Amino acid sequence: MNVAPLGLVAAPLAGGVPAQRAQVSSGQLLTACRLAWENDGRLVALWASDERDLHRGFCLRVVLEDSDGLTLLEHTLRDDRSRYPDLTPIFPAANRMQRATYDLLGIAAESDDQRPWLWTQGHATHAFPLRRDFAPVAEMSDEQDEYAFVRVDGEGVHEIPVGPVHAGIIEPGHFRFQVVGEKVLRLEERLGYAHKGIEKRFESMMIDDGARLIGRVSGDSTVAYAWAFAGAVEAAASFVPPARARWIRALCLERERLANHLGDIGAIGNDAGFAFGLAQFSRLREDVLRRNQAAFGHRLMMDTVVPGGLSRELAFEHVHAMHDEADRLARQIVRLRGIYDEHAGVQDRFRNCGRAAPKLARSLGLMGLAGRASGQARDIRCDFPSAPYDLLDVRIATQTAGDVWARVAVRFDEALESARLIGIITTALLDPATMGPVHASGPDLPADRISLGYVEGWRGPVLVALEIGEGNVIRRCHPQDPSWCNWPVVEHAVIGNIVPDFPLINKSFNLSYSGQDL
Amino acid sequence: MYETLRQILRVGIRSEPPPTPAGDDVVVRRLHDDILRTLGRALALRHVDAGSCNACELESQALSNPYYNVEGLGIRYVASPRHADVLMVTGPVTKNMAGALRRTYEAMPEPRLVIAVGACASGCGVYGPDYATVGAVSEIVPVDVAIPGCPPSPVALLQGILAAVSASAAKPR
Ligand code: SF4
Repeated sequence: MNVAPLGLVAAPLAGGVPAQRAQVSSGQLLTACRLAWENDGRLVALWASDERDLHRGFCLRVVLEDSDGLTLLEHTLRDDRSRYPDLTPIFPAANRMQRATYDLLGIAAESDDQRPWLWTQGHATHAFPLRRDFAPVAEMSDEQDEYAFVRVDGEGVHEIPVGPVHAGIIEPGHFRFQVVGEKVLRLEERLGYAHKGIEKRFESMMIDDGARLIGRVSGDSTVAYAWAFAGAVEAAASFVPPARARWIRALCLERERLANHLGDIGAIGNDAGFAFGLAQFSRLREDVLRRNQAAFGHRLMMDTVVPGGLSRELAFEHVHAMHDEADRLARQIVRLRGIYDEHAGVQDRFRNCGRAAPKLARSLGLMGLAGRASGQARDIRCDFPSAPYDLLDVRIATQTAGDVWARVAVRFDEALESARLIGIITTALLDPATMGPVHASGPDLPADRISLGYVEGWRGPVLVALEIGEGNVIRRCHPQDPSWCNWPVVEHAVIGNIVPDFPLINKSFNLSYSGQDL
Repeated sequence: MYETLRQILRVGIRSEPPPTPAGDDVVVRRLHDDILRTLGRALALRHVDAGSCNACELESQALSNPYYNVEGLGIRYVASPRHADVLMVTGPVTKNMAGALRRTYEAMPEPRLVIAVGACASGCGVYGPDYATVGAVSEIVPVDVAIPGCPPSPVALLQGILAAVSASAAKPR
């Protein structure tokens, strides 16, 4: 984004994705957001840091993405009485980010919606966990206060509360439906049940411990988070990891995408009453995980990607095995896709169910795989390919129907594409040109530096913003999951659908709770 | 339909025999007997995510895939705590989930077993007590078996379930 017309001076930020950073006044913050929106840009993240110890008050940070890359806008608030402009008129997804920022730091937007989002002690006690002088209040009740859900009045309208404990094996969250008959008039999500103080834990952690923790922000995306974190550390040190490590990182990321897509396609089929799909795809997923265990020593590849490269070598026998496996998997996926496509019952449940039209998707900022199923053709691997993706020519998968069917179709396409990429990557890994170490230790990290890591995980873009303090210690780490932007769209996508279709619609988005609750 | 049946035939049965807990396969062979003797019927599990990172959930879900096929062992997940014999809990118990966890436990009929799934739930994971979390599951409800691992593999989960059932069968009643 060219910020010069706004009278701003932007400094470039190192890293895999082109990025810049600029200090803004509250007026400039709004104009920059508006400019980004008009140029097809989107909001990626919003968070804040307590910098009173550095005599800088509080710093609100906003990351925008447009076709030029990322722009980090920094807006300083002198104290907690100053407010920052409400960004929701431009980016509706900012709503929950702003509310969470208040819960964690006690600084507020000029907004009408000041309901708490995370249950921290903030609202009740004015003790805000991410303040540097935070002292936990000894006795904190584990019962939540009554939350002000928006209610619908009218004849025959009633309310259905669901969660936080669910019938299946899924993460905790609460859904409040306003229905008439079976039809959903309104859904309001209440998340935050998985809030475990992750950002506070990062404070004062050594980089290595941080690398372990980041891989457990959202367990299904451990590789994406680990790579984004490693990318941020490496960017701060202006250090490039060895080439072989980058190839294997891409291999891990594509295997993570493949495993999740396989699991989801089966589970979505099951939610549409097609147990055959679950049996078949969960078997394929298990094959991938077992190979991961053999090759990386962990079924989900946790702690494999680390700052500096990888935590372990990948033996050639596994490279060969993964190469053959990718081929076999692709053939099976194609065959099973034919069965899904021809199953009238499945197609009937999938089509027109849980629709998010492209226009809605654009205005709410739907991203990642769900965004691509609603016509938002964005994929970091294609838009800002960093090594080795610059050599891979990833084919983006898009649909415009925006329904369950489209989200399944994008998963099928992406699973096949990942299998194709695994084939190319494993071939490259056997080439003498890519031989070499998989880890190198970087230089010491310069203090008082902010850097970004940005990776297209299977669900969508994962951002890690890292501030490093003295002595290789993390001062602040903010991970941002694509679910922040996508959860509000689910509320819209279910309107007019019947309540029994909610599990199917929800699964077709498959958003993270832990990754957002932090 | 033809293609669906063909695929089923082509793939065949992939279920594996249940794992051996610590080399004691007599116990494995008695899995069914133990479940039946303890409870007089199939084993009903209830799962509560008390704030996990979701990886423990992924591995718990894997128990239902054709390889582990827990349903074939007479184990199934039920939709209500009132139908459950065993409560499986993941995560470091966030303060926001502590109440829901306690209420789920209280809704279960006796005899009830509790399994803490994974390092966090067992009190030795990357997440421990802090302003937002209580820590181990045993801080909130009594735990019969704790399964280590981050996340525990499906085999470790099966061994844990088996250990819980055997321990309860051995208890004088
Ligand atoms: S034990 Fe590991 S996998 Fe399980 S919830 Fe904790 S961090 Fe996640």
